[in-house]
Amino acid sequence: MTGYAKLVPTPTADTQPYWDGLNEGRLRLQSCADCGKVRHYPRPVCDACFSMNVAWVDASGRGRVHSWTVTHHAFHPGFKLDLPYTLVTVDLDEGVRMQAQLRRLDAGELHIGLPVRVAFEQATEGLALPVFMPAE
Amino acid sequence: MSLREKGAVTGVGETDYMRGTDRTPLSLQLEASLKAIDDAGLRPTDIDGVIPYGLGAVAEDFVTNFGIPDLRFSATTPMGGASAVAAIQCAIAAVDAGICNHVLLAIGRTGYSGGRIGMRVQQMPQFRVIGEFEMPSGAIAPAQLYAVMARRHMELYGTTSLQFAEIAVGTRNNAMLNPNATMRRPMTVADHQNSRMISDPLRLLDCSLESDGGAAVVISAADRAPDMRQTPVLVMGVAEGHPDSPSAITQRPDMTTLGLAKAAPRAFAMAGVTPDDIDVAEIYDCFTYNVLCQIEDAGFCKKGEGGPFVESGAIRLNGRLPVNTHGGLLSQAHMAGMNHIVELVRQLRGEAAAQVAGAKMGLVTGYGDMGDGSIAIMRRA
Repeated sequence: MTGYAKLVPTPTADTQPYWDGLNEGRLRLQSCADCGKVRHYPRPVCDACFSMNVAWVDASGRGRVHSWTVTHHAFHPGFKLDLPYTLVTVDLDEGVRMQAQLRRLDAGELHIGLPVRVAFEQATEGLALPVFMPAE
Repeated sequence: MSLREKGAVTGVGETDYMRGTDRTPLSLQLEASLKAIDDAGLRPTDIDGVIPYGLGAVAEDFVTNFGIPDLRFSATTPMGGASAVAAIQCAIAAVDAGICNHVLLAIGRTGYSGGRIGMRVQQMPQFRVIGEFEMPSGAIAPAQLYAVMARRHMELYGTTSLQFAEIAVGTRNNAMLNPNATMRRPMTVADHQNSRMISDPLRLLDCSLESDGGAAVVISAADRAPDMRQTPVLVMGVAEGHPDSPSAITQRPDMTTLGLAKAAPRAFAMAGVTPDDIDVAEIYDCFTYNVLCQIEDAGFCKKGEGGPFVESGAIRLNGRLPVNTHGGLLSQAHMAGMNHIVELVRQLRGEAAAQVAGAKMGLVTGYGDMGDGSIAIMRRA
């Protein structure tokens, strides 16, 4: 971890499988073990049937752009060298939403509904982060 | 059962607002509190309820510093910028239940001289989910999180940066009339458009200030208020509202609709009035976009029509709905909306620096964290 200046997550027992999945190049989502509803970000209870029984499924990694922002100001010193960077909010095909940085596309090309796919970047030892890029 | 006119704002107080101080948030909070208590014609020992803003002083600080002999009620309403107005509901519920008579709501902060927002949010429990799942990707501060809401609104409804500029410029014009506003130099639309981009579409002049100071109000049981020093300002309707799935902006099913959309109809129903009856509105303005969105969610226009609404000049001091007559968080000071409550009370007493002629009824909103909302509708007794 030496030299990594950005913010790092503190996984919990509820969320560790998600972070482990990213390190294996998989986008894992919680699926209710009783009613099957997929949820994200990871949390203890299914809001459809209130079950606390959790299964994990691999997401397709495909989705569509919901919204975005291009950040030009570093609110944490660790991100100064990344400026400007684009954060894209994506509706995954599984019906849940997440946010990650955008790759391989100019922000000016973005529009609601643009198809994207997930990829994984090794941020530092033991920490992989998702990113999105155009699906084609 | 309703809280309609069960409580009144009987005292308001503010420190000088600054950009730079050696003082502590506690000292600023207590100074503002003493001013509000004095304004109400009370002694500090008369306070028997306290709701401090979530970050900073605790109830014990007020007992110790004011020698309060029997504090009967204490609470916090940790909803970020919705906290102050949500605390009005909490306070009136407490006085209506007979738990206490005079509840002090107070904030003190050194947002300019102390830790800045990008660092503060990392300490806030409401940002826990953001902290784990979005901050590692660089989505850290409200400007970035809320920019995503603004972008979606622009894409869906054609809302423009020039409409945001109208909010920034109108608010600055009000601040220029207020001796206790920290930003009093004129601002033009060009100034707004030329200000540096923070997180697209939000520019520097779309963002609220980082400020040092304190603000406080006293909420009293309505049956006590008539015998007090000031003409009471009665709370006709009050509510808080939370959007669905508010752990992160990105997780809200509809990120262009806020918790205020649930709270406002309840508050108007409690008050027995409609948006057309409102003479002046103090709307939580952490960012220009949030004003536009809340104008829609409070019911002043339909969803998606906030842009044309502000563009028409409606929210200027001489418009049909004067907004943020004190200069707001954008140009007066960022006191997490406690200053909005203070300003609404001054407007309804007829003693504001930028007075709306004949203002009899008004509202104040709060917006916090990932979309929480709060609203209070008030009238001069």
